[in-house]
Amino acid sequence: MSTLTDPPKESFRLSMLIYDTRYRSATIQAVALIALMLGAAWLINNTLANLNTLGKTISLSYFTETASYDINQRLLDYDSQDTHLRAAFIGLLNTLLVAVMGCITATVVGVLVGVLRLSKNWIVAKVMTVYVEMFRNVPVLLWIVLAMAVLIESLPSPRAFRGENPEATMSLFDSVAITNRGIYIPEALFSNSLGNLSLFGESSMRFDVSLDLIAILVVLIAGFFVSSKIRQRADRIQEETGDRPVVWWQRLAVVLVPFVIVLAVLGFHLGYPELKGFNFKGGTHMRNSLIALWLALSLYTAAFIAEIVRAGILAVSHGQTEAAGALGMRSSRIMSLVVLPQALRVIIPPMISNYLNLTKNSSLAIAVGYMDITGTLGGITMNQTGRELECVVLLMAAYLVISLSISLAMNWYNNRVKLVER
Amino acid sequence: MSDTSYVRTEMLEQREPPASTVGVIGWARANLFSSALNSVLTLVALGFVAYILSALIPWTFQSVWNAESLSECREIMIATWGSTHGHACWAVINDRWLQMLYGFYPSHLYWRVNLALVLTLAALAPVLFSEKSPRQMIYLTLAYPFIMPWLMWGGSIWNPISAAVGFAIVFFGTRHLTAMTGSLIAIIASVIAALLWWMAISAPVVAGLSSVIPIGIETVQSREFGGFMLALLLGIVAIGVSLPIGILLALGRQSDLMIVKAICVGFIEFIRGVPLITLLFVASLLLNVFLPPGTNFDIILRVMIMMTLFSAAYMAEVIRGGLAALPKGQYEGADSLGLNYWQAQRLIIMPQALKISIPGIVSTFIGIFKDTTLVSIIGLLDVIGFSTAIRADANWNGIYWELFAFIAVLFFVVCFSMSRYSMYLERKLQTGHKR
Repeated sequence: MSTLTDPPKESFRLSMLIYDTRYRSATIQAVALIALMLGAAWLINNTLANLNTLGKTISLSYFTETASYDINQRLLDYDSQDTHLRAAFIGLLNTLLVAVMGCITATVVGVLVGVLRLSKNWIVAKVMTVYVEMFRNVPVLLWIVLAMAVLIESLPSPRAFRGENPEATMSLFDSVAITNRGIYIPEALFSNSLGNLSLFGESSMRFDVSLDLIAILVVLIAGFFVSSKIRQRADRIQEETGDRPVVWWQRLAVVLVPFVIVLAVLGFHLGYPELKGFNFKGGTHMRNSLIALWLALSLYTAAFIAEIVRAGILAVSHGQTEAAGALGMRSSRIMSLVVLPQALRVIIPPMISNYLNLTKNSSLAIAVGYMDITGTLGGITMNQTGRELECVVLLMAAYLVISLSISLAMNWYNNRVKLVER
Repeated sequence: MSDTSYVRTEMLEQREPPASTVGVIGWARANLFSSALNSVLTLVALGFVAYILSALIPWTFQSVWNAESLSECREIMIATWGSTHGHACWAVINDRWLQMLYGFYPSHLYWRVNLALVLTLAALAPVLFSEKSPRQMIYLTLAYPFIMPWLMWGGSIWNPISAAVGFAIVFFGTRHLTAMTGSLIAIIASVIAALLWWMAISAPVVAGLSSVIPIGIETVQSREFGGFMLALLLGIVAIGVSLPIGILLALGRQSDLMIVKAICVGFIEFIRGVPLITLLFVASLLLNVFLPPGTNFDIILRVMIMMTLFSAAYMAEVIRGGLAALPKGQYEGADSLGLNYWQAQRLIIMPQALKISIPGIVSTFIGIFKDTTLVSIIGLLDVIGFSTAIRADANWNGIYWELFAFIAVLFFVVCFSMSRYSMYLERKLQTGHKR
């Protein structure tokens, strides 16, 4: 005889919204949604009321007005007659420039320091520890401002390069001038130039791409492609016959020979900086602000990357190294074939967030006057037009887009290399 | 049978290990000159260290401590050592260190800042070293959030007391009403009562009490705050407030409630996607636009709010990592014991998740403390702002190493102690087996 009965069919009561777990979550979510919408409405209402009092309306028309300020470090052509939109665009490119330069240097320095910190050499390990602790525990803004101060105060002025017995001379076979106004490096010139490809016409987003650069890139990419095909062929032959053909010179040749030929055809030569009057002319001028920001950001981020690399290598269990050693592998092979591929999986996710941090920290450019997007859109444009709301919102949107693109790209890479578990 | 034996019958005398493998020489051979590459590295590193020290030690110690300006400093250097190169002019620190530490805080009130700092350490003690400090100190920790702002900003003593009364209303209201009405209604009722008290009742009560019993200390305006004190103040507030908010955000992100989760994810990803400086722009330029017309509250408070939100988003991600690292059995075990959500979080999940995330939490603390320097960009005179001002001063124009070294040491001491404390805490809480 069964005593089981159906559960009592209760009619719905209002208190069940709170006390019945079946309905409680819906209640909580409804309350949260209503609260969020009320909060948003309150903020928007306040904003509109405040803007109304100030006599402002929300519009982006200021973007087409003349910016009338100069940007001294820039990748594309720009003058003070251009629009605010153009200025913001140049600023965005400057942000990307320093972020890319910083990420590359930080990775190189960071990996080197991280590996050296694990070295069995006591003094090298200690020196690297001091470097890491010194940079990690002091604000990056301080490093940026300090780097700027050192560049300005301690380097010779261009005037010191003048005269019969100058106080300062150019370095690297008279090709690089290091002055307190910035560093002048040789620039690439082409006597048989193919000209420029002008994208977007004369608009604010106009973008001149050098056809020479495209030609060189195409040749290089084709060279690397053929080179990888040669490697695959060598791999195949090795698998079939056991002998690996010597192909390194073929691989080098298919990359280098076309590259040299295309450079010769284009008439490649270097334009050296020269002292004319009170300043250097010619060459590429890297301003102090760019160098200070780049140096400080790279060295600061490198300290963090070093710790990540160290942790990643330590995370590979000792048994892996010993097993590889038992198979008779050399220590360099153990590192490249066993330890590093496993360490990379630990290293990449925190590395992504450090690249993101470097990009976001590049907004501190405003402290040394490097005109990145914070300096143009969030600095001078905002002060000139008085449109704080639009400028800050657009600034945030620009950084959000950069951050999300970097994390998307790096997550895609991470998914490719990560360990596929059962 | 001869007694010739091919087996040794007595033990050999134990010998010392070779001189080249013990002592300083052995250590140096093992750690410094184990291979050709290592020897080269050692020599390069030794040369580097010697070069740095040979420049740094004379610079630090053969220095000028008393001078009015950089030019006077240089005259003294020429008179003493014959050159201006390689000697520090600490006179600038001697001249301005009070300003770099306290900003424009009135000098006769420095004791209040110092007392607040001592109180901070005392209030932290029961949290940081729980088993080594007396239990009663926890009351000081509870009172600290009210005492510290009062010491820093001054004013009537009734302000912090009225703020504390609001929390007391929540605490006792929940405790006594629960028996009568059930916990949820008790919490809602006491929070509403507290809000009523803060919004409507407390202001006239404070005004009345202040006129009857005027106990108070001198008020200090926010614009007089500055220097390293400002960094500490912002850092302490952002760190203290962001941890609970971060925990809530992390729980929200992990929760099954879709809308709550979406709100938390949106907030966290937005804050983490933009640089702090844009949030500080919001604090300095836009926050007043978002609030009801006529609201105009203090710039330091606005900066504190934005820094707290910023730090909370990072904290949430760190704690989410800890939550994700917990084995699923812990959640299921808590469920099977019949604990409800908050009990499970408080007794089972959070203690373990927070323990796992200690290194991340502390490095977020260090990060937010270093980021307080960014306020110099929106015009607050923190210690970097002061260094810029001093370098623009005609007397000290051209000085930079000394100033930045001083600031760097200040930050290094605080941040390095934090990271060492986190290592101590990790060791203390270590319950697993260690190889």
